[in-house]
Amino acid sequence: MTTSDPVRFGRRALLGAAAAVGGGLALSACGGSHGPGPGPGQATATGKGGAEGYDGPPVELKYWNGLTGGDGPVMKKLAAKFMDAHPKIKVTTTSIAWADLFQKLPAAVQSGRAPDICLMHTADIATNAARQVVQPIDDVVKGLGLAAADYADLVWKATFYKDKQYAIPLDIHPAGLYYNKKVLTQVGADPTKPPTTKDEFMAVLDKCKSKGVKGYWVSALSIGGLVAQSMIFQNGGYMISEDGTKTGFADQPAIDAITYFKSLIDDGYSPKNAAGDGDWVSFSNSKAAFMISGPWMVTPCKEAKGLDWGCAPIPVLGSQQQTWAGSHCFTLPRQTNQDKNKATAARVFVNWMSQNSVGWAEAGMVPARRSVRESPEFAQYAEVKQFEKMIEWAHFPPNVPGSGDTDPEWSKAVSLAVTGKKPIAQALQGAAQKGDQILTANKKKYGG
Amino acid sequence: MSRTALRHHHPVTPYLFVAPYVVLLVTFLVGPAVFGIWMSLHNWDFMLPGKPWVGLQNYRDLLDSGSVIFHPFWNGMKNTFVFVLISVPFLVVIPLLLSLLLNQKFAGRTFFRAVVFTPFVLGVAVVGLLFGYLFDPAVGLINGILNGVGLPKVDWLTTQPQAWITIVIMTIWWTIGFNAVIFLAGLQGLPGELYEAAELDGAGRWARFRFVTVPGLRNVFLFVVTTTILASANLFGQPYILTKGGPGDSTTTAIMAMTNEGLRGFRMGTAAAMSYMLALALAIISIANFLIMRERKPS
Repeated sequence: MTTSDPVRFGRRALLGAAAAVGGGLALSACGGSHGPGPGPGQATATGKGGAEGYDGPPVELKYWNGLTGGDGPVMKKLAAKFMDAHPKIKVTTTSIAWADLFQKLPAAVQSGRAPDICLMHTADIATNAARQVVQPIDDVVKGLGLAAADYADLVWKATFYKDKQYAIPLDIHPAGLYYNKKVLTQVGADPTKPPTTKDEFMAVLDKCKSKGVKGYWVSALSIGGLVAQSMIFQNGGYMISEDGTKTGFADQPAIDAITYFKSLIDDGYSPKNAAGDGDWVSFSNSKAAFMISGPWMVTPCKEAKGLDWGCAPIPVLGSQQQTWAGSHCFTLPRQTNQDKNKATAARVFVNWMSQNSVGWAEAGMVPARRSVRESPEFAQYAEVKQFEKMIEWAHFPPNVPGSGDTDPEWSKAVSLAVTGKKPIAQALQGAAQKGDQILTANKKKYGG
Repeated sequence: MSRTALRHHHPVTPYLFVAPYVVLLVTFLVGPAVFGIWMSLHNWDFMLPGKPWVGLQNYRDLLDSGSVIFHPFWNGMKNTFVFVLISVPFLVVIPLLLSLLLNQKFAGRTFFRAVVFTPFVLGVAVVGLLFGYLFDPAVGLINGILNGVGLPKVDWLTTQPQAWITIVIMTIWWTIGFNAVIFLAGLQGLPGELYEAAELDGAGRWARFRFVTVPGLRNVFLFVVTTTILASANLFGQPYILTKGGPGDSTTTAIMAMTNEGLRGFRMGTAAAMSYMLALALAIISIANFLIMRERKPS
């Protein structure tokens, strides 16, 4: 950043900061017992969005994310690169498992110790926006000159809650198909033509079966995740309705999807009682032909010894081109006592990350920003490019606070159904009933 | 002589002496406890401005088998009960035997007394990680030994009842020293004349234990059993670290159900209601325990 102008802070920004401080005082003074509606702490993040760079005194930013796997070091590397380019900004990255992060973040915000930047999934935005853990950043987005056209439509929409934008997308990670070329050759299937339809998928599995190979491992513990959900979306169904009032757990698309995956076990295409990570273990050891997973498995596949593999868009097992997808995005947690230098530096960080997100493809992720995806640097990530093909198929969860609360009911029911401990329809109906109760309670809690 | 004549202090002095404790008690125990009751009567999320009053609805939901929180809560209560049932006998008997041993005269006695108590000073996270490594199905030392002597490997953490066995073993190793020290103190308080008298009357080792030691330790027993039941009912760290509440939800305890509900689901009202139900159950058990173990007056 070469600009030597001091960072200009508009009057609105100062007012906003004052409101934030006032809000913090009000909160601690009356113990958060003020009436419904957004409290005074809901100050909108303002300022030039960091497009002009940072030229204030040295600052230290706290950056939280849940990247505890192989993607953590890649993100740390990116942060280090950012610090090289911005010697005045020190970024301290803290990686906490997602479940723990969302437990700690609200408490940190409440006690005035919030990180300056927090990475989260688009699925978490609505919950944290409704609970005023993160602040609306419409002005930051405007300041950066970002517009919907710079991003894929679906992921851009997923960053809004109640007509306000809360996040800047970093990546998109749709579920895709991984195929084992060695196994395909071995069973007499064409290793250059991965299946694109259910019929082609089953044809390969039949060849596997005839050679005594369990072609695709289905685990009762994990199949209810992105695999079955992708098929539900392809069947025209949903997990949670757009308005967040109803689960689709026991609708026909879901029953059909679970019935199909259970049949793969019953008909001998998959072993019984596969472990939760059985699909990966079997695939990486060349015992199975396929794995359906997100692009974060690209790096582990590259590193697995003796694995000859490829990836492709997910086959259409239902009737539409749809797939489960998630997205990492940057949010700015609410500060009870906003330091304006930190605020500016945080915006510079988010802007830089978004512009330089091609480095994030190293972790297998598809950059959300169109210009980055069209850059020659991204073209070298051939495998990640396969996942990019599915950007228009991506199905994000609806922007409803507390939408993740129904997950435990769903995975429990799927596990019971797939292991045959309960008839499929009965298990799913039980989950749907409980899930709908949870959604109704959430609707009331978060005020629709 | 009247009592007031003996008093050489200001009337408020005793209250000043207990004041520091009372202040701490009220701030960190009574205050939060009363606040908890208040919370349990609301839909409470500390980040939301509106915390609607729901009266006894949270408690009604806990008793309604059709509600969402019914299964997690009662499953947690059941698992907690199972753990109390299988852990408390070991946590009382083994320290008692150890304390009898450590009460003998032998060289290095003080050293061994210290050794027995040592694990208790470790945090649950340390002990949990340690046992996680020891009982790891693939690379753990325990399975390594089993394998070495030609026995099959055991899935210590992912199958039942092995998961409970692992948790109980870890809890015994970790907390054994505390109860042992209490018992030892009780043993040292028993008058030696009683043993001499019993010996003169021809009582053997067993009879001396049965008729002198056990009755003499009655109050110690009451204390140890009560605190051990309460500690076991608060089981959280061991399964949280070792099994994550699994396999399935078979080692998810009542406290874990509460943290899931309150700190992950942000429904602190129902979580508070759960904790009052558990507290009520524990109060009943403690009273029963006290009634059963109290000294019976010869009629």
